[in-house]
Amino acid sequence: MHCDELLAALNEYVDGTANPAICEELRRHLAACDPCQVVVDNLRQTITLYRQGQPIELPPACRERLHAALRERWRQLHPVPPTA
Amino acid sequence: MTDAPETEVTDATLVSRAQAGDLAAFEALMARHERRVYALALRMLRNEHDAEDVAQQTFLSAVEGLAGFRGEASFSTWILRIATYAALKIIRKRNGLELVSLDEATDATGDGDGVPHPEYIADWRASPEQLVAHNETRQLIDAALAELDEKHRLVFLLRDVEGLSVRETAEALGLTEVNVKVRLLRARLRLRERLTREFGDPARRREPHRHDE
Repeated sequence: MHCDELLAALNEYVDGTANPAICEELRRHLAACDPCQVVVDNLRQTITLYRQGQPIELPPACRERLHAALRERWRQLHPVPPTA
Repeated sequence: MTDAPETEVTDATLVSRAQAGDLAAFEALMARHERRVYALALRMLRNEHDAEDVAQQTFLSAVEGLAGFRGEASFSTWILRIATYAALKIIRKRNGLELVSLDEATDATGDGDGVPHPEYIADWRASPEQLVAHNETRQLIDAALAELDEKHRLVFLLRDVEGLSVRETAEALGLTEVNVKVRLLRARLRLRERLTREFGDPARRREPHRHDE
């Protein structure tokens, strides 16, 4: 396997979705190719960085407005039937 | 109602109740998903006002389309798809006369070219956990994502930041799964390159392996 072929299979490899035969070939390539191994490490760290990114909070005032708008629309869509 | 605590009620149950006219059930669904919808919109649009607009449109569209929701996808995928579509509309409006960018966001031509080769290869000086914990490095991380082309940034956001599957990302953006995979690989490799130039340890730099045969 060449570095080019490794590159093409990289997504599946780091996501753990590559088929076992390809995984095995990749592992063999990586064991013998230090730069590729570092690229794989860097790539995993890159993805982790963004997965662990700061959570974005919904500002409470914004949440209030969203729910108010929703309730108004809900009332239009579900008019309360006159009580019997 | 003699309900189990809300945490034990599935989205699907809440959807059926909301479809039957239960506003509280819909608001419970909203409470579960509103932060994620808002975060996705804010990451896509980088503007709080626009993100709120998208969140509002998303839940209004959801309540209007609720009767037609048959549960083929999960509620969360469905709602994120609506939000993505609403955010894309704003992006297109913003791009205005820049029709090239509009075409770029939806056109798959050019996706088949070779994948960029890693150039700067080095072990990082710090772990991802340490890097996200500091303001200065956080800004670099955000800047790197902001610098990506829109077509790569959107795929990366949905797949890697929001955690959608390749298929869900493809559906949300109206792309094929193959296009999503190609764009995702490019996005990841570009971010890797950029971040390794920032965070790589020059003393532990490797030369790229050349295979020119």
